Amino acid sequence: MVESVLKAKTRNAAPDTEPLLVVDNLHTQFNTSRGIVRAVEGVSFTVKRGEVLAIVGESGSGKSVTALSIMRLLPRQSARISEGRIIFDGRSLLDLSDEQMREIRGRGIAMIFQEPMTSLNPILTIGLQITEPLKIHLGMSDEQARARAVELMGLVGIPDPEGRLDQYPHQFSGGMRQRVMIAIGLACNPKLIIADEPTTALDVTIQAQILELMKDLSRKLNIALIIITHNLGVVARYADRVIVMYAARVAEQGSADAVFHKPRHPYSMGLLRSVPRLDRPRGAKLETIEGLPPNLALAPPGCRFAPRCPYKIAMCEQEPPLFPTDTGGFSRCHRHAEIAAGKITWAAAEGKAVNTVATSVEPLLSVRNLSKHFSVGGRLHKGGVVRAVEDVSFDILPGETLGLVGESGCGKTTVGRLILHLEKPTSGSIRLAGIDLANATAADLKTMRRKVQVIFQDPYSSLNPRMTVGQIIGEPLHVYDIVPDRTKATARIAELLEQVGLRREMAERYPHQLSGGQRQRVGIARALAMEPSFIVCDEAVSALDVSIQGQIINLLEELQRKYGLAYLFIAHDLAVVRHISMRVVVMYFGRIMEVADRDTLYREPLHPYTKVLLDAAPVPDPTIEKGREPRLIKGELPSHLAPPAGCVFNTRCPMATQECREVVPPLEQKKSGHYAACIKV
Amino acid sequence: MLRYTINRVLLMIPTLLGVAVLVFFMLRVVPGDVVEIKLRGDGGNVSQETIELERKRMGLDKPFVSQFGDWMIGMATLDLGKSMWTERPVIEEISLRLELSLQVAIMATIIAVLIAIPLGTAAALFRDTWIDYVVRIVTIGGLSIPSFWFGMLIMLTLLGLFNWLPPITFTPIYVDPVANLTQLIWPAMAVGYRYCAVVSRMIRSSLLEVMNEDYIRTARAKGVYEKVVISRHALRNALLPAITVIGLEFTFLIGGLVVTEQVFNLNGIGQLFVQSVSRNDFTLIQGMVMLIAAFYVFVNLIIDLLYAVFDPRIRYE
Repeated sequence: MVESVLKAKTRNAAPDTEPLLVVDNLHTQFNTSRGIVRAVEGVSFTVKRGEVLAIVGESGSGKSVTALSIMRLLPRQSARISEGRIIFDGRSLLDLSDEQMREIRGRGIAMIFQEPMTSLNPILTIGLQITEPLKIHLGMSDEQARARAVELMGLVGIPDPEGRLDQYPHQFSGGMRQRVMIAIGLACNPKLIIADEPTTALDVTIQAQILELMKDLSRKLNIALIIITHNLGVVARYADRVIVMYAARVAEQGSADAVFHKPRHPYSMGLLRSVPRLDRPRGAKLETIEGLPPNLALAPPGCRFAPRCPYKIAMCEQEPPLFPTDTGGFSRCHRHAEIAAGKITWAAAEGKAVNTVATSVEPLLSVRNLSKHFSVGGRLHKGGVVRAVEDVSFDILPGETLGLVGESGCGKTTVGRLILHLEKPTSGSIRLAGIDLANATAADLKTMRRKVQVIFQDPYSSLNPRMTVGQIIGEPLHVYDIVPDRTKATARIAELLEQVGLRREMAERYPHQLSGGQRQRVGIARALAMEPSFIVCDEAVSALDVSIQGQIINLLEELQRKYGLAYLFIAHDLAVVRHISMRVVVMYFGRIMEVADRDTLYREPLHPYTKVLLDAAPVPDPTIEKGREPRLIKGELPSHLAPPAGCVFNTRCPMATQECREVVPPLEQKKSGHYAACIKV
Repeated sequence: MLRYTINRVLLMIPTLLGVAVLVFFMLRVVPGDVVEIKLRGDGGNVSQETIELERKRMGLDKPFVSQFGDWMIGMATLDLGKSMWTERPVIEEISLRLELSLQVAIMATIIAVLIAIPLGTAAALFRDTWIDYVVRIVTIGGLSIPSFWFGMLIMLTLLGLFNWLPPITFTPIYVDPVANLTQLIWPAMAVGYRYCAVVSRMIRSSLLEVMNEDYIRTARAKGVYEKVVISRHALRNALLPAITVIGLEFTFLIGGLVVTEQVFNLNGIGQLFVQSVSRNDFTLIQGMVMLIAAFYVFVNLIIDLLYAVFDPRIRYE
């Protein structure tokens, strides 16, 4: 299969050394109710044939708009490319008619999007969606297109392609859908594939598979790849060259090695420092870039990064051009030479890790043999049972942070909901400060709800859009009569806002007027208003940009020290969990796989699943990443309706044997304080 | 799917039973009596005895519960009883008018859907341009102008321009299609306008939503022709919510056209309803309410099943 595709490719490939894509001085703007937003300003770069270019930046930096500008897929009514040239394979894309551009899309340039769950049409078969471009661009007959679709599905690793051709997207998992998207992208042998956050919505083990596949195919078929991402680890592993974007402009550009090891722009330096990393000792505090990216509708003159830059000088009020750097790249910083000479370094604070200390050995929360089963299907029909949580036990001490990691569908959020008493457990007990929640009185439950608070993942949908920040934070004060007096309540709201690093004027604002990080701070202030002793943080920082994520984590740690709070920190990002937790629980498919204190778990993981997880997470260092063996995890999460017999991980485990398919391994203490549910270790 | 359908059909029974209880006992609470209206309505001087005799003959002297029981037993054998006024079987009375009402409803639906799909689509695709504005004016007109008044406009126009009015006697379509259509096309248009306005606004808004979906962007990124993007990828998804509206509007037209029927002098279900209510013709009212209720439940089932046909994510198992 691969050979035939390869042959087709070599025939098409022109031997010239011209760059495949030239983007020159691109300006894209949006007309919005807030005025003209210049989303991309003066962006220039080239992509060679077969090269992998990564565009990195935080949300709103203009990276996706750049991609959509190349494809000319921007919303017609509001967006306009006001200046610049885009030359692809010798043709100027901005001068083409709509019809000529349509011929290039899918044929010359293909694009893969972020959300595999919504990027495929739910009411059309997978087969139709893959064959569509084949029929349009290559004029294939039905049979030819079907044969080619089967070939493509095999190529991207979809098992049983013939049988799955007539299925619909909802019958595929997220990872499989992204494979389908890649198959569609590859269908007509494009010369360039643009992948916009292709793995952001996927679990880390699936992410590794998809990226490995894309890189492999682009090498084999000599397809150039533009990967747009905020994940620096992904960039380090796969990119030849990197563009760092900040506030609609290119901040730095260079080879992956240069940008990662010798960044020449303070923003790249800060970005690299603010990522919690698995390959380095945990610092006392996460580095952050203070402040927020500028509002593009009212962008300040001069260097865009200056308001947040610790090395700002008078000259930064003038717009810096892109200077060539000593590493062969470009940097938009007046002081790039000083950075190169080593005169400026991002303040290092790796220091000694300060552990938060549990204030008592008596557990605050004690979970024993907790199970939660959901029945699927209505009462009229025979339905299956989904064992979302099965036999989970752990303790949390006062003032402690317990990390709970696992991929989607592992039951970690259900555990959080059970503790919050939002779901009733099927069996098992939850004791909070000595009170058993299952037979607590109404009064006990009310006290409990006050002591246990939650911070949710999505700061966009977890705040009521019609309430002001002050009302949101003040509501629990009224409900629980914590501060009955109105003026005192206002004072308390102001105090809470200051504690989470917001100005007191924010109380008048509505959630949509705040940025993601600010909203998450409001969520924290709302939780603090109840004076809790325990907070469940359910993916509390996953939706935030790297630099903002660091700010929130630091805030959570600071509040913990100040008030002796205990956290259950639920997350899928291993590096973040490592940074904040004292002990870590690893869950898979509803069960606990491993429990250990943080350093032990990350240094000497015992359970093969933990090893696989740690191995699958890329670290932001090209030297380490490029020298690494291809990743070993295979397969996908099994179906909850047909759980595997024996150890739940046996279907994907590299060391599974017949015994693993028969015995459910108990969670045993393998070393002091180190528990694992595996019979092989 | 079959199992689901059977379940749903069985679930219709308690729903209809509830309707039966409600309508039966609510009617008995309403003051007035069919026998008195029938015998004394025109000022006739009839003795109380005659009235009691007549009541006895019609079984109105029995206790409510036993009357209800009789009615239920009749319904179980598909016998809705006899009209208390004309003494003809209820089924016969209804079926005479149902043919006409059903035909008007079907024609109105066809007219509405045929116009609404292109209208709503154009409005969505040319959002905030003059096309959208024109469509908006037309549809808001449809929503705000009462159907009977629009019907009167149609009649006056026909009279003024052609000095012609549609026939007032109903000829079934299988007897004389031309005569049938010349009579019914006008009321179908009158109610179809509102219907079309409702559906096209629905299509416009759901199409606008669908056009922002990620899979539309994917289709464009594949280089699919724009007209295929719209017809295959967008419109098919956008029509799903419109199906619900079409079904609900359709059932409304059966029995909901009281005034419009008056304007066009049609002898339809709406007319019969008004007549039987003013005569306190209990059995006929009950029969019609049951018929319309059954229609609602049935059309809703059809809508749900249609959803499963159009949307592969919905599978009733």
